Amino acid sequence: MEYWLPIIYMGIMGLALLIYVILDGYDLGVGMLVPLAGEAEKDMMIASIGPFWDANETWIVLGVGVLLIAFPTAHGIILTSLYLPVTIMLMGLILRGVAFDLRVKAGDHRRGLWNKAFFAGSLISSSAQGWMLGAYITGLQASTTSLLFSALIAMTLPALYLVLGCGWLLMKTDGELRNKAIGWARMAIWPMGLGLFMVSIATPLVSSTIAEKWFTLPNALYLMPIPMICLFCYGLIVAALNKPTMLDKNRSYLIYVSTVAICLMASLGLAYSLFPDIIIGGLTIWESAASVKSLQFTLVGVVITLPVILFYTYFVYRIFHGKATALSYE
Amino acid sequence: MDFDPFVLARIQFATNISFHILFPAISIGLAWILLFFRVRFTQTGEQAWEYAYLFWVKIFALTFAMGVVSGITMSFQFGTNWPGFMEKAGNVAGPLLGYEVLSAFFLEASFLGIMLFGKDRVSNRMHLISALLVALGTTLSAFWILSLNSWMQTPTGYYLENGVVMVDSWMEVIFNPSFPYRFFHMLIACLLTSAFLIAGVSAWRALRNVDGPATWKVMKTGVVIAAVLAPVQIFIGDLHGLNTLEHQPAKIAAMEAVWETEKGAPFTVFGLPDEASKSNRYAIEVPYAASLILTHDPMGEVKGLNEFEGEHPPVAIVFWSFRIMLAVGGLMLLVAWWAAWQLRNKNTATKPLLYSLAAMTFSGWVAVLAGWYVTEIGRQPWIVSGVLKVQDVVAEHSSATVGGTLFGYILLYGFLLASYIGALLNLSRKPAASLSLSAINAPQTVNKEV
Repeated sequence: MEYWLPIIYMGIMGLALLIYVILDGYDLGVGMLVPLAGEAEKDMMIASIGPFWDANETWIVLGVGVLLIAFPTAHGIILTSLYLPVTIMLMGLILRGVAFDLRVKAGDHRRGLWNKAFFAGSLISSSAQGWMLGAYITGLQASTTSLLFSALIAMTLPALYLVLGCGWLLMKTDGELRNKAIGWARMAIWPMGLGLFMVSIATPLVSSTIAEKWFTLPNALYLMPIPMICLFCYGLIVAALNKPTMLDKNRSYLIYVSTVAICLMASLGLAYSLFPDIIIGGLTIWESAASVKSLQFTLVGVVITLPVILFYTYFVYRIFHGKATALSYE
Repeated sequence: MDFDPFVLARIQFATNISFHILFPAISIGLAWILLFFRVRFTQTGEQAWEYAYLFWVKIFALTFAMGVVSGITMSFQFGTNWPGFMEKAGNVAGPLLGYEVLSAFFLEASFLGIMLFGKDRVSNRMHLISALLVALGTTLSAFWILSLNSWMQTPTGYYLENGVVMVDSWMEVIFNPSFPYRFFHMLIACLLTSAFLIAGVSAWRALRNVDGPATWKVMKTGVVIAAVLAPVQIFIGDLHGLNTLEHQPAKIAAMEAVWETEKGAPFTVFGLPDEASKSNRYAIEVPYAASLILTHDPMGEVKGLNEFEGEHPPVAIVFWSFRIMLAVGGLMLLVAWWAAWQLRNKNTATKPLLYSLAAMTFSGWVAVLAGWYVTEIGRQPWIVSGVLKVQDVVAEHSSATVGGTLFGYILLYGFLLASYIGALLNLSRKPAASLSLSAINAPQTVNKEV
């Protein structure tokens, strides 16, 4: 138990954060795209994420919650070292979260202001998350390289969210807006590729143990599928964006699903790199784990509720499937 | 001027949690009231009930969103500002917060989507179930967080191992001695807050003749809830006080500003507690009343602050918060009964009543904040009573870092609070019908599935 429980929790935390990225990623992405769209399109875009964003955001609460429940020591260290980016992210999330409602409820003369707040909040949160990711995978060091790297990821993670957002709009909208989404994705795909590439090469450069895990035989061979699938999906996205007919006939999901596959592979790769550390080169998951009794108590709840949560999340997406309809926040 | 980062961190936490609690205090009560509107509409088919629902669900959505985003801040604050709390008490706090996320947050957030936007995509029954699940979710969330808060006040079911809290019995942790009182006190506080909000906004709408029948029904609902629950709340508050006397006598001593242990202690109606001279200046006292209220015996003994030298909370702020809560609570009872009497006997509302109700719209917020200040500041200097002190768990940030972010939060929250009330005023001017057309009619599909 003492050996397995922290591993199980590591898995749950990874899963929660992965789901967060692929779900809240698209609605943050749509938020950043709003200024590029016309007035009616803005309403449509926000309508397409309206029923979902709240639950999407809950996944980061679960992710940080599991960190807190299972690895209290690491939770303290990570969040205190990321104090400023976390605070900035929270302010961004607050701003965009209230903007959904206030842009229609605060009165017509305030709509422009709240549209801007919605955009700014989405951008600020995405960037801050990129900064946090960059700082985390360079081992939470305060070195210049680490800062530069964090800044780079802060600029490129929003691009991943933009592609997810465009992928979402391709599935949920039609006509002119859908064409625009293809155009936006064409621009976002390159910084996204750069960001992914940088994240992939950073961990082996930061830690020689991680480099050894990846670049010795036979491990390197077994791990080949991870970069291969990433490259394949990336190529698929680029191809589809250049030849939009590939997205016709119920294949609207192609961009979104491919991006999700990339996220999945990236997180598997990251998990393999990190394990068994929770702070690279600093603390293992066992060193920072909470007491077995507390972990067991919570695990009962996780085993019962997580499948139920996944089920009704699916249920909600099922209810709102298909192209978005104009819904009224007013 | 040099600020102590510890004090700044406490002010920051107080700012965040004070801002946050305003919204759950409404959404927990309003969720059940909305369910009631929906059920009444289903039973009677009266359009007024539907309008009541449609109008208030808009305000609910806004309130809920404010609660969610300010709540996310809370879950990060433990780590960014109070890492020692999780390191030392994480074995209790972690699972309780975890159960809150797992059992409540996802439930309310997911079904809220259906409740707000799914009316034309699901059956009436499924829509009702969604409203029920959202209400259940908000209440479950209160259950877990109040269990944790109560455990911090009256910890049981644990033992210490190298200074780290380990759990002995989860039943004793969850159902710790102060939990049932605090839970019901808070639930009723939420219902009262919502009741005065809906009655107040409706009174304001009635003064402007917006939505006649629906406004009337909502106002009546609010008044009835308030008139029934206000006395219940006073009764539960009394029980809660007795429980606090048993488990946290230092808090009671501060609430009553009793400096020396005495039998037949007076109740100080007004006074300026002075920690330097350990006395109350300009005190107006009711003889024996504190002993009577607290021990239900005029000659009962009330422990004074002298027994907790150096380990009692700051007196003046706890003393005054308690009195503000009592005063607002008393006022709520008076207004609620006056309104109930007038609505029942005259079946109309006079202008003075409507203005009074409108003035009381946010009275719940004042009482809730004052009550929480009593209980939280009253727990100082402990973060977990008798186990862990606040000063031992704070993160080491510079005062510039904490002060800077605190300043940012205050600006943001001030702006948001103004926007929230502004939006409420803006919505209150509009009839429900003008707000809700696209939500009532079949959805206007902009682009059909190919």
